[in-house]
Amino acid sequence: MTTVAILNARLLDPATDYDGPGSLLIQDGRISRVIHGAAPDLAADRIIDADGLCLAPGLIDIRVKTGEPGAEPKETLKSASLAAAAGGVTTIVVQPDTDPAVDDPAMVDFIQRRGAALNLVNVRAAGAATKALDGQRMAEIGLMDEAGALYFTDGDKVVVNSRTLQRVMSYAAAFNALIACRPSDPWLTEGAVAASGELATRLGLSGSPAIAERIGLERDLALVEQTGARFLVDQISTEGALETLARARAKGLEVAVSVSINHLCFNEVDIGDYRTFYRLDPPLRSEADRQALIEAVRDGLIDVITSAHAPAPAEDKRRPFAEAAPGAIGLETLLPAALTLHHEDGLDLLDVLRPLTQGPAALLGLDAGVLAEGAPADLVLFDPGAPIIVDADALHSKSKNSPFDGRRLQGKVVGTWVAGRKVH
Amino acid sequence: MTQAAPVTDQTIRERLVPFPKAHFLAASDLNPFVTPQLLDLGDAFVDFNRQSSKALDLLHGRTVVNLFFENSTRTSSSFEIAAKRLGADVVTMPVASSSVKKGETLIDTAVTLNAMKPDILVIRHSASGAAELLSQKVGCAVVNAGDGRHEHPTQALLDLLSLHRAFGDVTSLTVAICGDITHSRVARSNVALLQMMGARVRLIGPPTLVPGDADRWGCEVFHDMREGLQGCDVVMMLRLQLERMAGALVPSTREYFRFWGLDREKLAWAKPGAKVMHPGPMNRGVEIDSDVADDLSVSLIQDQVEMGVAARMAVLASLSARWGDAR
Repeated sequence: MTTVAILNARLLDPATDYDGPGSLLIQDGRISRVIHGAAPDLAADRIIDADGLCLAPGLIDIRVKTGEPGAEPKETLKSASLAAAAGGVTTIVVQPDTDPAVDDPAMVDFIQRRGAALNLVNVRAAGAATKALDGQRMAEIGLMDEAGALYFTDGDKVVVNSRTLQRVMSYAAAFNALIACRPSDPWLTEGAVAASGELATRLGLSGSPAIAERIGLERDLALVEQTGARFLVDQISTEGALETLARARAKGLEVAVSVSINHLCFNEVDIGDYRTFYRLDPPLRSEADRQALIEAVRDGLIDVITSAHAPAPAEDKRRPFAEAAPGAIGLETLLPAALTLHHEDGLDLLDVLRPLTQGPAALLGLDAGVLAEGAPADLVLFDPGAPIIVDADALHSKSKNSPFDGRRLQGKVVGTWVAGRKVH
Repeated sequence: MTQAAPVTDQTIRERLVPFPKAHFLAASDLNPFVTPQLLDLGDAFVDFNRQSSKALDLLHGRTVVNLFFENSTRTSSSFEIAAKRLGADVVTMPVASSSVKKGETLIDTAVTLNAMKPDILVIRHSASGAAELLSQKVGCAVVNAGDGRHEHPTQALLDLLSLHRAFGDVTSLTVAICGDITHSRVARSNVALLQMMGARVRLIGPPTLVPGDADRWGCEVFHDMREGLQGCDVVMMLRLQLERMAGALVPSTREYFRFWGLDREKLAWAKPGAKVMHPGPMNRGVEIDSDVADDLSVSLIQDQVEMGVAARMAVLASLSARWGDAR
C-alpha cells in the first residue's frame, strides 16, 4: 500500500490539545503515525511539505441540507460534496427534510450509497424523527439507526406535539439514539421572519421573540429529563436560551448543543434594507446574543458549530423579505468564517476547531475528528491568515445564497484529504 | 371659489421642485427642506383640482403604471387621477388576474414591465420591502403605494398637506395616532414624516396592537385614550382590520369601540378644536363613530381624500422634474 507523509506542519488536534509542529504518516487511508516536533526522516511513497501550514482533522458538519432527492436544481449530493471538499469539510451529515423525507432505512441507505459513490467526502444521513416529518407518527428509528443514520431530527420543523416528542425520545433511548430538535415555541414564532426588536418593527417584519426559543428549550429539556434521551439542542441562537441550558446542565442534565456559524458571524442589523440572504431560521439575533454565543464557544459550552448549509436558488431568495426562502449556504466558507472567532474575537485556534471536529465526532460516535494513530486520515491543511474575498458565484454549491458574498475573511483551505485521498 | 388666477402648466413649473430621491419608497426619502416645497406644490395642485379645467401636460407622453397586488380602490384611483391630470398615460395592471397569480415572482413581473419602458411604477404589495426590491430591478422611478406593514409614504404626505392647510404651521402640533399601530404602514410613515417636520407624535392603542419597542421611535406611548389624548391637536385614527378582532388581538369589536373607538366623549379629552383624521376606509362603529367622522367642523377625513390627489400629483410631478430633457 502507498504511504503518504505530511511533514513540517503545525498540527492542531483539539482532542489532545496539541498545537505545535509535527508530521503525519498516512497508510491505508488511516493515520499510521503522529510525530510531534521536528520532522524525522520518514520513508513514504509520497512526501508533502506542509511548510508550516496548519494541519487539522477534517471538519465534520452535522447540519447540511441538499436537494437530493426532490430538489436537485438547488443542490445535489455531488455539488454539496464538492463544496465540502473545497471547504475542508470531510464529513457531512445531510438533513432528512428532502422529498421524499429520509424517514425509512432505504432512504438512509440511498443517501449514504449515493454519497459514497461520489468518492469525495463522507456522506452520512440524519433520519427523520417522525414519518414524513409530520410531527405525529414516529419514524423507524431503530431500523434507520441500524442502516447508519447518525441522529434523528425533523430538521427545521419543531415537533410541536409534546406527546409525540416525548414518545420519540423515550423510544430512541432504547437504541441510545441521538434526537435533535430546534428549541422554539411554534405559536410565538408563527409567521416570524426576523428577530423581534426595533429593527423588525420599523421594517414592518413579523418578529420572532427571543423568549420563544427559551420556552421551547424548557419544554425539550423537561422531556429529556423525564425520558433520559440523548439529545442535541439544534441551533441555539439567544442568550436567554444559553442561560436556560446552563441551569439544566448545572443540575446534571447531559445535553449537547449546536450553533450555526451564521449566528456567530452576523446579527440582526445585517438584514439592513431587506437583504434576503440574511433571512435565516432561526433569524439573526441581537449583537448581545451573538456575543453571548461567542463567549459560550470560548468557554467550551458549545459542542458543535454547523454551517447550517441551506441552499436556496436565486428565484427563492430574490423576493420580498417575508416571502424569501430562509437559509444560507455555508459549507465552503465554514472554516474561514469560524476563523473570524480566532482573528477577531481572540479565541484559541483549538477552541475554534474543537466544535468543528472532535465535538461532533464524539457526539455522533465517529472515530474521525482526531489526529491519532488508527484514526481515518480525514484532514484539512489550511493557511489561517491568508486573506480571501468570498465570491458566491465561484463557490461549488449549485445555489449561491451566501451571506458572506463579498466579505473579506482570513483563512484559506490548501488541501483536503478523505481517508488519505486528496479530494481538494 | 377663490378669485385667484387660474393654475396653469406655467404656474406649476415655477413652483416645481425636483424630488430628492429617484424613488419614493419611504417617508425618510423626504427631508425637512424639500417637504415644505412639496406642500407648496401640493397647495397649487389643490387650487388646480378645484378648477373646471383639469388638464396639464407636465407628464405628457410619459407612462405611469399602477401595479396593485393588493386590492385598493381609493389609492389606485387617486394615483390614476393624479397621473391623468398631469397628462400621463396611465395603465392600471389587473394584477389579481395576471400571471402573478400563476407563480410569477415579483422580480419577473418587474423585469417584464421594465422592458415596456414605463416612466413611473406605482406599487402596492402585501410584503414589507416589496417596493424597495422592485426599485432595485427597474430603470424607472418607483412610488411605494403601501408595502406590507412597512410604509405608505404618499399617505403621510397627504396627511401632512391636510394638516398644513388646516393648521398652517405643523411644527407645534401634537398628533395622536390611535389604534392598530403594529400592523399599520400608515402609522410608520406618519411617525417618520411628522417627527421630521417637528411635530410631537403619540401612539395610543391596546398593548397587543402597539409594538413593544415603539417608544424607541421617539413617540410617547399610551394605552389609555383619556391620558393619551390630553392636549392633542390632532387625533389620527387607524383602520382596524376586522380579521384581527374576534379574540386574536382584541376580544371583540364592541369592547374595542368602548375603550379605543373615537366618539364625542373621547374626542372631548383632546384639545378644544382638535381635528380628526382617518386614512380610510373606515369601520364605522369600530374605531370611529359616524357622528364624529361626518362632522365637517372636526373631521378632516374628506379633505384627506382631496389632498390625496394633490399630494400624489406633487410627488409625480417632482419625480419628473428630476429627469430633465435628456430622458
